[in-house]
Amino acid sequence: MYGKGLRSLSIVTVAAMALALSLVFFYAPLEAEQGFLQKIFYVHVPLAIVALCGFVVGALFAIAHLRTRDSRWDMRSYVVIHMSLIFAVAALITGSIWAKGSWGHWWVWNEPTLVSFLIVFLLYATYQPLRFAIEDPERQSRYASVFAITAGAFVPMNFIAVRLSTAYLHPRVLGGTSNLPGSMRLTFMVSLVAIALLFTTMCKYELTAKHTRAQVRALRRRLIGEDGTPAPRARTAVPSMSARPAARTGL
Amino acid sequence: MRRTVGALLRKELLVELRTLESVPGMSLFAVTTFVVFHFALNRSSVEGDLGAGILWVTLLFAAILGANRLFVADADQGGFDGFLLAPVDRSAMMIAKVLTMLAYLVVLEIVAVPAFAILLLGPPLGPALPELIAVLALGDVGIAVIGTLVGALAVQTRARDLLGPLLALPLLVPIVIGGARATAPLLAFSHASDAPARWLLTLGLYDLIFGLIAYALFDFLLED
Repeated sequence: MYGKGLRSLSIVTVAAMALALSLVFFYAPLEAEQGFLQKIFYVHVPLAIVALCGFVVGALFAIAHLRTRDSRWDMRSYVVIHMSLIFAVAALITGSIWAKGSWGHWWVWNEPTLVSFLIVFLLYATYQPLRFAIEDPERQSRYASVFAITAGAFVPMNFIAVRLSTAYLHPRVLGGTSNLPGSMRLTFMVSLVAIALLFTTMCKYELTAKHTRAQVRALRRRLIGEDGTPAPRARTAVPSMSARPAARTGL
Repeated sequence: MRRTVGALLRKELLVELRTLESVPGMSLFAVTTFVVFHFALNRSSVEGDLGAGILWVTLLFAAILGANRLFVADADQGGFDGFLLAPVDRSAMMIAKVLTMLAYLVVLEIVAVPAFAILLLGPPLGPALPELIAVLALGDVGIAVIGTLVGALAVQTRARDLLGPLLALPLLVPIVIGGARATAPLLAFSHASDAPARWLLTLGLYDLIFGLIAYALFDFLLED
């Protein structure tokens, strides 16, 4: 159920990434002011957009979890936020490189997008420690969802507040894709789709892996014959996922 | 609902009055922090941006100290269980805790702001006081709401003293931005300009939105 379509999705992702990278390097024209350096924009901006969208999607999944009390929504929320964190690190690093290249500093405080991104990242960096510090799995998932919703709502508010506080300096590529030349816009859009596909594929892989592991554990428990008493759960930040129905029919 | 909130608020304030666990600690912390800032910055007086920053950082850390302790008694001594057994609306507890936290902050500022004016502030505080009170009040509401939500989140975790500040600080950054920017012109020597309205508006909106979020989510932290 979880592994379904994984192969075709992976193939599409690889193709899209290859197409995006070849467009970036061979098709998109060099930018007049920044030259070759500007090409990092095709990686950095999609990474940041996808990570932020991932955080918001994590909040939506968390709402679904609190509504339905279905642990699968919690697992999805966890995986999406986890993956977004990784993408956010990548976006911060590429942004930092870009800042070094165009302004000569690794970190620029009067760059609102970069600063708000760092604050959001620091907030989400506490997601895993929070989960890890709550032992009871049910309470862990509930509290994690409350955190995910709060943080998801914080993302846009934080961006507004930080943007208000700084003079505008960012090369206005994000807000004004309309004034990009056509070839650049096409490359940017393809890159965005490719990175979004990469995100989806990696989330799906992680979900499948988590699900498979839970299934294997349940099957092993059945094989040993300790079905009635589940083994004590080790301390973990990963949501618990009962794989009962699949395991029962699988044997 | 109003009666429940009133009863809970009375209980909170009574407990605090008898144990004196939070507010004296917060106030003392704030005054000590001013002394630390004096030596760390090697300045005998501050103004403008720097003054506003010191004031807000100090108030923020003192508030986090209080927020961390806000639910400890309820978690350790069965306050949550007692409350959940009572047939009352659960949001009452959130409102009562926010009001408690607000009361703590007001007392903290009654101590800390004069101490700040005496110890560190260069320009006289008097002419800026009404506006400063307005900015502080708006900031306090936000700090109280976020402190309550984060306190309730962190109190059930194993590393509650560590997680509380870690969760609270990023969430409070917009309040620091609004609060410090609005306070900076008030603490300048040439006290010409008013607190910019857009910062007050930002603070107010942030308070409102986070108030709604906390109100919607608090129930889920209580059921066990």
